[in-house]
Amino acid sequence: MKTCLIALGIIVAFGIIRMPLEQRLAVEHRAAFFHGARLNLDLRQQLGQMGFLAALSGFRAVVADMLWIEAHSAWERTEWGRMQLHLDAVTSLQPRCVMFWDMAAWHMAWNASVAAFNDRNQPREALRIKAQREYFKVGEDFLLHGIQNNPDKGFLYERAGAFYDQKMHDSCKAAEYFAKAATFPDAFPYVKRLAAFRLAECPGHEREAYDQLVALYKMGEAERVPTLYTKLRELEEKLSVPQEQRIYTPRIP
Amino acid sequence: MSAAPTKHIAFSPARIAAIASNTLLELVRLKVFYFMLIFALLLIGSSAFMVRFSFQQQFQVLKDVSLGAMSVFTWLLATLSTAMLLPKDIEDRTLYTILAKPVPRLEYLLGKLFGVLAMLAIALVCMSALFFVVLYAREQIVLAETVKVTPPDELAAALRDVRDLTFNVNLLPGIAIIYLKAAVVAALTLLLSTFASSWIFTIIVSVMMYIIGHVQPIAREYWLEAVPGGTVASPVLKIFLGLVAVAFPDFQLFNLVDDIVVGNAVSTTMFLKTTGLGCGYVFIYTLVGYLMFANKEL
Repeated sequence: MKTCLIALGIIVAFGIIRMPLEQRLAVEHRAAFFHGARLNLDLRQQLGQMGFLAALSGFRAVVADMLWIEAHSAWERTEWGRMQLHLDAVTSLQPRCVMFWDMAAWHMAWNASVAAFNDRNQPREALRIKAQREYFKVGEDFLLHGIQNNPDKGFLYERAGAFYDQKMHDSCKAAEYFAKAATFPDAFPYVKRLAAFRLAECPGHEREAYDQLVALYKMGEAERVPTLYTKLRELEEKLSVPQEQRIYTPRIP
Repeated sequence: MSAAPTKHIAFSPARIAAIASNTLLELVRLKVFYFMLIFALLLIGSSAFMVRFSFQQQFQVLKDVSLGAMSVFTWLLATLSTAMLLPKDIEDRTLYTILAKPVPRLEYLLGKLFGVLAMLAIALVCMSALFFVVLYAREQIVLAETVKVTPPDELAAALRDVRDLTFNVNLLPGIAIIYLKAAVVAALTLLLSTFASSWIFTIIVSVMMYIIGHVQPIAREYWLEAVPGGTVASPVLKIFLGLVAVAFPDFQLFNLVDDIVVGNAVSTTMFLKTTGLGCGYVFIYTLVGYLMFANKEL
């Protein structure tokens, strides 16, 4: 009995000593973006008892992969609703995986939205457009939540830029996200060009865009793609840049 | 002329090493060890042939499945092999033979624990080696494909992307933390087996503690920080959660590998702190296990 009490005492004392240390360590882990998964009742319903238990017991990456494969199967069967549910669960389980957010947004905003717009079972165009916009919104939510969970990675900013450019036709927002993506050291060289090109189409930002395009031009041959010349010409016309200051010079036949 | 009697040493690392090596030999001879190791190796090996969506997803699935398999099998090995150590020695009467000699019970217990830890290290090294071979092979295939399809001005960035997605220096601390978690589970199971009446009881309680250890920090966070409706948690609930936190280990702190796979970095300080905490658990559980075992009537 005495031994049991001593043993219990040691465990309790150790527990009391380690609790604040563990709390501090948990805060450090969170600051380094660990343990960001949102395990809630919605997820519990979707994963089932065993899946949820596995996710809780340290195997959430594997559970997320299984669900991802199920989402892929749902895509093959074009079951968009089911797919969205799986993608929600996958991104909840692995919020630090940029690829899951990107693919989820792409499936919803690009694939599901087109499928909704071309839905032959819905004769009313207004309803098809409404469904399409709903999928755009779902895709946008995936991208924005993905950015929220991964503010230290540039790739989702780039994808958000592409989304606003290609799907929402909002050049100002697209330029904003491309510009943000371009600030990351691992950004592809074309991202800063895209930021300037979209800004050139954003009303009220012509001067700013022109300065960026000129800066790109001055960076060297590698940046001087045909679109750069086109945009420079458009803005030089729009801003009435004096002839001698213009960069774009029409080729004389 | 007779040899002078050797002086008995109260605490002998050599004796612990002898018991540990015998334990390791015993464990390695168990069929269950080979079965589990073969299953783990098969799973890691087959992860390379899993559904191929894009190269990113392929590497993601490969790493998740492989590291998940390492976690599962080291945990199972730690639980099953440790739970059977003492009951098997009692059943075979080996325990009485050893303790009849001038071997302190602490040395016996430490020898058993170190034997299990050595076995876990061997299993994890085998699994890690295969994992790295599979990852390297896939990386080479994807690199070759990338060179073929990528424009020259983006090739360097594309190759860097592939390399970043495959080998990541943080995988090593991730694997070390998997080992640490298994070591904590082994020490906990050894503690349980010092007073348990059967190995089935030990396994069941150990598994329960493993699950509770993973769930309790999530439940605590949910109840204390995100109470629905914004209501404050009651004092009774707080006391209950405090007791659970004191009694059960927080295994979520050793659960870093899921996030390491997706590129999270483990700083040296964080790794050392986590390792220190794990060693603390192993020390305390072994100490308590010794206290229980020292007074156990055999």
